[in-house]
Amino acid sequence: MNEKKPLLEISDLSVSFLMYDGSLERSSLQVISNLSLTVHPGEILAVAGSSGSGKSLLASAILGILPGNASVEGAMRYGGEPLTPERQKVLRGGEIALVPQSVAYLDPLMKVGRQADGHKKPRPTAERRALFRRFGLPEETEGLYPFQLSGGMARRVLVSTALLSNARLVIADEPTPGMSLDQAKEALRMFRDLADEGRSVILITHDIDLAFDFADRVAVFYAGTTVETAPAADFRRGPEALRHPYSRALWSALPQNGFTPIDGFQPYAGSLPAGCLFAPRCPLRTAACEAGTPPMRDIRGGEVRCIHAT
Amino acid sequence: MSGAFSRIGRTFLRYLVKTAFLLLAVSIIAFALVSASPVDPVQQYVLGVGGVSPEQRLELEAYWGVNDPPVERYFTWLGALLRGDFGQSLLYRRPVIDIIAERFLNSLALMLCAWLFSGLIGFGLGCLMGMTRDRLPDKIIKQVCYILSSVPTFWLGLLLLLVFAVWLGWFPLGFSTPIGMLNEDVTLAQRLHHLFLPALTLSLMSFANIALHTRSKLVDVLESEYVLFARARGEGPGSILRRHGLRNVLLPALTLQFASFAELFGGSVMAENVFSYPGLGSAVAAAGLNSDVPLLLGITLFSALFVCVGNLTANILYGVVDPQIREEQP
Amino acid sequence: MKRHWNRRRKVVLYTVLMALVVLAAFAYGALIPESAAAPDFSQAKLPPSLAHPFGTDWLGRDLFLRTLKGLSVSLTVGVAASLISAVAAVLIGIAAATGSRAVDGVITWIIDLVMGVPHTVLVILISFACGRGLKGLLAGIALTHWTGLARLIRAEVLQLRSQPYIAVSRRLGKSSGWILTRHLLPHLVPQFFVGLILMFPHAILHEASISFLGYGLPPEQPAIGIILAESMKYLSAGMWWLAVCPGLLLVAVVLLIDRLGENLRRIVDPYSAQE
Repeated sequence: MNEKKPLLEISDLSVSFLMYDGSLERSSLQVISNLSLTVHPGEILAVAGSSGSGKSLLASAILGILPGNASVEGAMRYGGEPLTPERQKVLRGGEIALVPQSVAYLDPLMKVGRQADGHKKPRPTAERRALFRRFGLPEETEGLYPFQLSGGMARRVLVSTALLSNARLVIADEPTPGMSLDQAKEALRMFRDLADEGRSVILITHDIDLAFDFADRVAVFYAGTTVETAPAADFRRGPEALRHPYSRALWSALPQNGFTPIDGFQPYAGSLPAGCLFAPRCPLRTAACEAGTPPMRDIRGGEVRCIHAT
Repeated sequence: MSGAFSRIGRTFLRYLVKTAFLLLAVSIIAFALVSASPVDPVQQYVLGVGGVSPEQRLELEAYWGVNDPPVERYFTWLGALLRGDFGQSLLYRRPVIDIIAERFLNSLALMLCAWLFSGLIGFGLGCLMGMTRDRLPDKIIKQVCYILSSVPTFWLGLLLLLVFAVWLGWFPLGFSTPIGMLNEDVTLAQRLHHLFLPALTLSLMSFANIALHTRSKLVDVLESEYVLFARARGEGPGSILRRHGLRNVLLPALTLQFASFAELFGGSVMAENVFSYPGLGSAVAAAGLNSDVPLLLGITLFSALFVCVGNLTANILYGVVDPQIREEQP
Repeated sequence: MKRHWNRRRKVVLYTVLMALVVLAAFAYGALIPESAAAPDFSQAKLPPSLAHPFGTDWLGRDLFLRTLKGLSVSLTVGVAASLISAVAAVLIGIAAATGSRAVDGVITWIIDLVMGVPHTVLVILISFACGRGLKGLLAGIALTHWTGLARLIRAEVLQLRSQPYIAVSRRLGKSSGWILTRHLLPHLVPQFFVGLILMFPHAILHEASISFLGYGLPPEQPAIGIILAESMKYLSAGMWWLAVCPGLLLVAVVLLIDRLGENLRRIVDPYSAQE
């Protein structure tokens, strides 16, 4: 899989927000810092991390729909070409599609069919009907309003919008919270199918154990950056196969692995520590950790941002 | 669908009963207020007519039942009211109901123009403000709205009168038709010519409210998750405004517009008085000044009815147009 | 923090301006001898100049002095009416929120009732009932302005009553009076003042409108509404300043109070500060 050219490459992406205090003073708040990841065709890359780590903003950054007071640094390449705002404008809703989390992302006053068709003319009504049938949505679904959909129906409608645009890159933002295990598995299977058809899927989630099962690779997200990217198999194997102390802590914190919590809490944007972002909570911490942001290193078929990793 | 209709029917009925009680209460309060007035209507009438003998005066007192207890007078008045008899206007010497009917048409023309104009302009500017939030157009229009809401209607009317009627001479100084012209000879163009300035005054007074309301609703919509998704699907600002903004903002705006009939009527009282426009507003002010009790009571009740109709329309609109209310499973 | 400080500074600025206006309206009006505002036909119908910033009227009276006098009348009526209205609103709001369901229902219905008649018509009616004059004007404005604040206070008290610390106090056996004075009033006092200040410009506008219609004060007393009503007769004679100048001053004062109240409200209640 890795021999293929990557579809999306992100290197050293930083996103910060300008905050205006009073009339003249302004400060910037960095929510994503030095983030790097690549996605290949036909694979699911899970971006896993606890809430508040800036995962959802990553989706907005790729799509180019961050709020006006956000500024982006770093490089993004899509299909080998730089991903400029102009290209994002063309690609979003077409080659790059977002599958949002819930029915709240549908206009409450627009019927589902018309909404799934989208704004582009001519309306792809016939294809959309075929897709609805493929997903087992009843005929009358298109005439319903979003609030009348069940959770499962809403999810299928949302996924169908991505398929309708023939997306090559699907970004799924937290598709599983609030679902039972069966429902969540069904949802993730849908994304597995999309990837098996040759698409790239970025699965942003904090249901990390499910992600281990369905994804090809997992990027561990901490305080606005990726600390480790590794094959999902390594996560299934256990902590000794992992590279970053945070990944190991995350693994140990899972219910089936002993439920061991780690001390401290994730730093907030605006009060990030100097050097390694995980250093204050890290068992391997040395003085060198605070010297500067550790570079991303290739180790054992994965990437890690830790100077002690072997 | 039949369930939806019966639910609207029930809402309608409940509101009708509520309205009836409200109007009854208004009639009681209005009558009590008028009865408490130290102004003697018989004295006023006598002053108006002149040369009334003491016998005639006693007759008049008996006719109006001035010496009966107020409660008895109220029921006499209410009984007549229910038969459609609003009494005789002391000021115009004609049945109150005729005056209301005739002047309401004039007022309606004025209020309808202002209502439509302020609604369209207000909604349009509100959308513009929402789309350009915190940028220059938004800031400028917002200041204009704030300033306009601190300007008394009648003074704005005076300024418009000064500029357009006195200085530029484009519009007449007042009234609804050219002076000295018979009613049937007046053309529509002449009527509109006379209607323009009062309608403009009233519109300018009421668009700020609807504009600010539309702006804040549109800002809510633009910050919503479904607009974020629409942007992720490649919709531009124009498409978002057309497909999602208008759809979600129009109903609250329309509801507000219907619910603001009280302000509209109040504003028309001022505008009509500045422009000597012969509608209900100038009649009610004159009725109060000239102690024309039957007319004052009649217009008070009528204005309350007018406000109720607006509120009723707003309520029904909400039930009919909003699918979440319309198609909620019972 | 910075944002707050800026707003506070604005409030101080508006308050100082407000104080100047009040001082000008009352002290200046009182200090100037009667003769300065007396008719002087040699000075009649003069447009605004340095000697007469607002010009003079058809009797040669200085319009600036008359307007200041009128403003003092408007401010007095406005303060009195909104004070009555705000106190009533607080009492009614608390009664609705803490009373039985029936009391709440009746109060809500009365609010609907007052909102159900156009205020201008209602003030005309009340003013008529009081035999016109100052008393009717005051009563009319006071009786029509309390509804919005009463609703706000009712909602605020209902919201406060559902707070856990109130329930704790009740469990601890504190009396209703204790809870009212210790827990509720501290929240309501700022609401009251902000409500009062925001009601004030409305009351002044209404006062001017009703005086303009010929209700309220006798014509000798130069309320701004009366000055403007008189100016109508002289519009076609080209005496524009009679209508423009007093109105401008009125709008400036109303804007000033409105901005002051709005900034205060945002300090007191930062959550609703969006609009």
